[in-house]
Amino acid sequence: MVAVAQARPRSRWRDLLEERRLLAAVLIGPAVLFILALVGGPLLLSIYLSLTDATGGTLRGHWVGLDNFTNAWADPNFRRALRNTILFTVVSQAVVLVCAGLIAHALTRPVRGRWILRFLILLPWAAPVPLSTIAWKWIYDSLFSVVNWTLVHDIFPGGHALYLYKVVNWLPFPFGDIQPFNPPQWLGDQTLALAAVISVHAWRIIPFAVVIFLAGLASIPTEVEDAAKIDGAVGFRKFWYVTLPLQLPIATVAVLFGVVFTATDMTVVYILTGGGPFNSSQMLTTWAYQTGINSGNLGEGAAVSLYLLPLLLVVAVLMLRFARKVEVS
Amino acid sequence: MIERREKLMSYLVLGPFAIVLAFPFYWMLWTSFKSDIDLYNVNDVPFKFGKGSPTLRNYAFLFHHTQYLTWVKNTVVVGAIVVLITLVLALPAGYALARLAGRWGQNLGVGIFLTYLVPPTLLFLPMSWVIAHIGLQDRLLSLIIVFPSFTVPFSTWLLMGFFKTIPAELEDAALVDGASRLRTLLYVIFPISVPGILTVVIFSFSLVLNDFVYALAFITTSNAKTISTGVSTVLIRGDVFFWQGLMAATLLPTIPLALLYNMFLNRFIAGFTGGAFR
Repeated sequence: MVAVAQARPRSRWRDLLEERRLLAAVLIGPAVLFILALVGGPLLLSIYLSLTDATGGTLRGHWVGLDNFTNAWADPNFRRALRNTILFTVVSQAVVLVCAGLIAHALTRPVRGRWILRFLILLPWAAPVPLSTIAWKWIYDSLFSVVNWTLVHDIFPGGHALYLYKVVNWLPFPFGDIQPFNPPQWLGDQTLALAAVISVHAWRIIPFAVVIFLAGLASIPTEVEDAAKIDGAVGFRKFWYVTLPLQLPIATVAVLFGVVFTATDMTVVYILTGGGPFNSSQMLTTWAYQTGINSGNLGEGAAVSLYLLPLLLVVAVLMLRFARKVEVS
Repeated sequence: MIERREKLMSYLVLGPFAIVLAFPFYWMLWTSFKSDIDLYNVNDVPFKFGKGSPTLRNYAFLFHHTQYLTWVKNTVVVGAIVVLITLVLALPAGYALARLAGRWGQNLGVGIFLTYLVPPTLLFLPMSWVIAHIGLQDRLLSLIIVFPSFTVPFSTWLLMGFFKTIPAELEDAALVDGASRLRTLLYVIFPISVPGILTVVIFSFSLVLNDFVYALAFITTSNAKTISTGVSTVLIRGDVFFWQGLMAATLLPTIPLALLYNMFLNRFIAGFTGGAFR
């Protein structure tokens, strides 16, 4: 390469840009510098803050070592937030994985009205999360919840009476008994609030996962499809033996994004439940905000946030490794 | 026969999912046309319009008594500039990581992606301190500077994968013809990277729309707010929610955006196939 570049009579500056390594550095440099300044700098400052007793307003405090980390850990609210972060992420992503897999698979078939179905399915993705979460707050309202109305009213008035809450009560799931005159308080009950948060996360990430799955399905070569057809693999068998294994790296990428979006998000919980009732639905992000901003304990807030980082790093690195490994083999 | 059964299966899967996923929007639409008397009535069927409904008063309120249009404009301006900055930084970096940097390019690319994992709750404290000190508080410029901190890592990583799927022969041909590497990049590579660029545009824009923490921390004056914070601070007063206005405000930007995403979805998918899976 170098030899070719030097063979042509060019200015020295241009020759330099032909040098592979140097050009690479010139092209990558701005992005890396930008990230170092806007992520690296604040991150270091946050790490420093987490080791001090800084309180609201200033960014200075006395060195306290790892006290913030041990104090945060000793707080039962923190443990709960940590548990919730994992719970929200794992459960919502399990739901997303199953639903998005089914939807994407069904969307690849050229059925009539596919465009409008796809439009409806992708809608949650286009809505700004802070605003669509407010809409969910209305859907789960304590007094005017449309979900509750549908559950406790006769949905076929005039004909045979059908009350959905009776169906739900009859189901063997541990939802508890729904009483028509005391309908579930989705955002006011400690267990239901968790379910509400998970449902919103799943709802907003499903469309996004569908898109990734569609991209993955599009990348499966048609020869594989044809070979499967010749071998007589159709329907579920084809899905299980052909499509699913090929989907594994894609599913990993989809889950990776889902995990990152859910675990680092604070908007949904902040708006939907505010971490309540009684801090039962706090996540690490909202608990950090609560401790650092609302209670003004900057150092401990930063420490709470910092617990999240290694967790995410490990998950992300493992998943990226796995995705590449599956693909190579 | 099998074909028909498979089509039926598709409808059986897609129908219920479409209903569940789109239901909140149907409900926003319905709510946005309701009068107060009708909305806060526990006895009536909520799926029917009652006294005083349907009404356009909630939309009129949104447009005439709040700065809704200003917030929309602010969001579009910030989004567009952030997307532009993202492309300027991420396109060359993504290309160089994929083509020029060799083995360590891959690792650096993953490293850059991992910076995306640093949660905003960790960054926004030091950032708001810096923003306040350089006097950018309450100015859109603060968001324009800060938002690329999460769009650039993401986009660089996506584009790195995307460029790996473009056959190297294309550039080699241009190089042999005597074009410099920079010229090749500008005139050969970038023009055929439209799906990848589109992926980045859509991604970055939706990330910007979804931000709440930074916009809440940096902007307090109403006429510099973006849509999410503007709507939620003006239409929520303490414990009082102006539900109809909130629903209208959510619905209005969502519909055109969803149409736009759908229109470009196939190209977007092409960009992502290259981006994430190689």
